[in-house]
Amino acid sequence: MSQLPTTTIIGLEVHVQLKTATKLFCGCSTKFGSPPNTQVCPVCLGLPGALPVINEHAIELAIRAGLAIRCDIPPLTKWDRKQYFYPDLPKGYQISQFDLPICADGCLEITDPADPDAIRRIGIIRAHLEEDAGKSMHDEAAGRADSRIDLNRCGTPLLEIVSEPDMRTADEALAYLTKLKEIMTHLGVSDCEMQEGSLRVDANVNLHIDKHGQRIATPIVEVKNMNSFRNVAAALDYEVERQYAEWEETGHTIQTHGKRTFGWDDVKCVTYPQREKEESADYRYFPCPDLLPIRIPRERVEEIRASLGETPEETRERLQSQYGIKAYDADVIVSQGRAMVEYFDAAAMASGDGKRTSSWIQQDVMRTLKEQGSDIESFGVSAEQLGQLLSKVKSGELTNDRARDVFKHVSENGGGIEDAIKALGIEAVDDSEMEALVKELLAANPKVVDDVKNGNQKAVGSLIGQARGKNPNANPQKIREIALRLIDQA
Amino acid sequence: MLDSALEVLRLQAAGEASAVEIAERAMDAIEASQAVHNAYTHVDRESAIASAKSVDAKRAAGQPLGALAGVPIAVKDVLCTSDMPTTCSSEMLRGFRPPYDATVIEKLRAADAVIVGKTNMDEFAMGASTETSAFGITKNPWDTTRTPGGSSGGAAAAVAAGTVPLSLGTDTGGSIRQPAAFCGVTGLKPTYGRVSRYGLVAFASSLDQIGPIAWSADDCALLMNVIAGFEPRDSTSLDQPVPDYTLATESNDLRGLRIGVLRESLQAEGIDESIRTTLAHAIGVLAELGAEIIDVDLPHREYWVPTYYVIAPSEASSNLSRYDGAHYGHRAGEEAKDLVTMYCRSRAEGFGAEVKRRIMVGTYALSEGYADEYYNKALKVRRLIRGDYDAAFSQVDLLLGPVTPTPAFKLGDKVDDPIQMYLCDLFTVGANLAGVPAISLPGGFDPAGLPIGIQLQAPTLEESRLLFAASAFQSATDYHTQRPKQ
Ligand SMILES: [Zn+2]
Repeated sequence: MSQLPTTTIIGLEVHVQLKTATKLFCGCSTKFGSPPNTQVCPVCLGLPGALPVINEHAIELAIRAGLAIRCDIPPLTKWDRKQYFYPDLPKGYQISQFDLPICADGCLEITDPADPDAIRRIGIIRAHLEEDAGKSMHDEAAGRADSRIDLNRCGTPLLEIVSEPDMRTADEALAYLTKLKEIMTHLGVSDCEMQEGSLRVDANVNLHIDKHGQRIATPIVEVKNMNSFRNVAAALDYEVERQYAEWEETGHTIQTHGKRTFGWDDVKCVTYPQREKEESADYRYFPCPDLLPIRIPRERVEEIRASLGETPEETRERLQSQYGIKAYDADVIVSQGRAMVEYFDAAAMASGDGKRTSSWIQQDVMRTLKEQGSDIESFGVSAEQLGQLLSKVKSGELTNDRARDVFKHVSENGGGIEDAIKALGIEAVDDSEMEALVKELLAANPKVVDDVKNGNQKAVGSLIGQARGKNPNANPQKIREIALRLIDQA
Repeated sequence: MLDSALEVLRLQAAGEASAVEIAERAMDAIEASQAVHNAYTHVDRESAIASAKSVDAKRAAGQPLGALAGVPIAVKDVLCTSDMPTTCSSEMLRGFRPPYDATVIEKLRAADAVIVGKTNMDEFAMGASTETSAFGITKNPWDTTRTPGGSSGGAAAAVAAGTVPLSLGTDTGGSIRQPAAFCGVTGLKPTYGRVSRYGLVAFASSLDQIGPIAWSADDCALLMNVIAGFEPRDSTSLDQPVPDYTLATESNDLRGLRIGVLRESLQAEGIDESIRTTLAHAIGVLAELGAEIIDVDLPHREYWVPTYYVIAPSEASSNLSRYDGAHYGHRAGEEAKDLVTMYCRSRAEGFGAEVKRRIMVGTYALSEGYADEYYNKALKVRRLIRGDYDAAFSQVDLLLGPVTPTPAFKLGDKVDDPIQMYLCDLFTVGANLAGVPAISLPGGFDPAGLPIGIQLQAPTLEESRLLFAASAFQSATDYHTQRPKQ
């Protein structure tokens, strides 16, 4: 290909929804997925006369996030209004931060996707707090043009993290996003669920084309509406091709065409230009007169810094060395956030078996959480209970299957492990009782005895099912042992 | 004609009148006045009588009563009320009923006051004559060919016409004090943050403040006791203890009080001779009561009005963005082809000329490339103005000056001349820019018999000092007791 050498310049603006119980400026719930317009009040609806009051927890989470990405937390931060008309923005302005953001000047280190031994340092310009807008739903079916507005999301706290244009490939952007998401979930700052809109990415991208030693910059394109990391990468790759082709065709540069806003069509896998009107906005920022500037004492920042604890990398390494679990397993647990790590730590301590605990958490616990739509903080089986349960499996007191029954019972009905064992009628079967049962089965199944005698030990398997049918508490391992012993003796 | 709030309380306590009788008297007076003065945008006789009944029942049952039990009060139609419309005298909000009560309304209800209705005002509190109301103009009870002032013109006229002893107004650049002066009543703009703004429909958030209008300083003190105080729902609310303001009105001895006279402001052009005479007379009265009179100046006074007319419209242009026809309020009837057309038509139809003018001015002052020249510069000048006040109050306890350049002007005189209208705020906007409390009280009459107000200003949170001096002045004069001829 006769293409000129180019460098891709990528900067990301990431909105993460802070994990507060209530909104940024009122007491309404931030719960996702409630019926439209059921989590609203005069304040978040922007009704005439209503006034905002800051949620202190959002400030704390923003500082946590900022410290984790090595930002400065200036002693004074303030609120500004950003004006634009949109039906899901009830006040006609958004309360945001303009010139004095809560976090400034940080960085994030990522592993260079092109060289696993190298580190790339991505600068972070700022991270500021702002309130979210509502959601418009357009129903254009059957020639109608109904628009419905759900304002539940209005006033939900967002932290917008703006990177320097330091990334050079879609892979680097992906690595940055993955790392950022891991930190935010690990710190309990955000759930970072892209599907639920709690993590949103806008990408700024353009090319520096080297034409005979002269650097030509293409117009910057801001790509919006990407709903997965994969789409971010796809959109960036697409833009690289598109911008080069556009430059060849039109010769447009950043000097002639500045910045444009594009959307991402995830069906056709193309970017498309958005209306001009949305690009040339004058937001008329000015200090919000309803909210006083916030003073953040040094001591408070240091207090929060002290509470940050280990980084995700440190946690991953510790889990591997402390419990002997695989890197992959440690990664799954860490990526679930700090609460999950704490749960794992407590459960593994109590069970004395890190590997078993890790596999149970990845399978049973995570599946149950998904089914219940809940999170680990409010999960019905405590870490101590899981540990207790798994120590019984380890000692052979319970089979894996019976342990699953107990787990299910506790997660659904609450109560303790022993209570569940009792309620399920699980009892230890003593050896003589078991031997009698197996003798009975051997007598009824002469073919099995013959098969085993002819060297096919697997034939015993069919007895296990029958035995458990007669007594669900029978331990399959025991049945196998006894059966083989009796056949051998016979 | 209704008596003062203190007298209304006395009548009930002495068993000489029930709350219902008083409410009926007020409603009769409103009915008679409304046809002439149009001071109200909404009255509801039944609900007023019903709330008076519950006061009587409480009293009969020996239950504790609030500080304003059975006292009829009218509130400016910019305060949210869950049981009455809140329109800001605008087409944009005609018929709008908020789902909640403003904090001051909650407090009035808790104090067992009888809220009789909502008073007329300039649209969204923008104006100095109550002529920009979508509900028709209000007339000055002293002379119905004249304006009652604005924007709390209805609230001042309601008291002056004797329909209620108390009303609540709001003051962004003089909107309590100027109508109080024009209507011959007493109006207090408290310190910014002293009274919660929660439920006050914002005009210019950093300047707006709710305050009492009454015949006397003593009645203002009574109402201040009810409405002042910290409230967590308003972040700009001041977390400071509230004194008993009525105690401030007990002594009339002004010895030891240093009053600074803004003598230079009286040299300004266009000041009516009657204003100068009234002020000179007031100085004499105060000196006789023992006050020490000192001449002071606020050097950046000439920048008050320009600064105000950049900051207030800027904030207003933002605060009024929410009226877009999408969620509530007026929406253009005709089906629009797109969203922006719907916004444009709804706002074009819903807002009056003065509101549009200020939105345009504010939008311009905040726009990219002009913000530094206008808005940001105005913020800097505002800091200088505050500094002037600090310097003045290091020398004196109170500042004395005029409220308005002239007595009440004729209806129609200035409504087409915005600059002339803006100059009505010449002496009042300083207190709003600095956030300090100020009171307007009757100081005399012009040769035509129109009331003239004088203004006292105090340092932050010194409302008691204002009420003390005003009450002493009123003990030595009888201007505040005179009533317009019916
Ligand atoms: Zn809310």
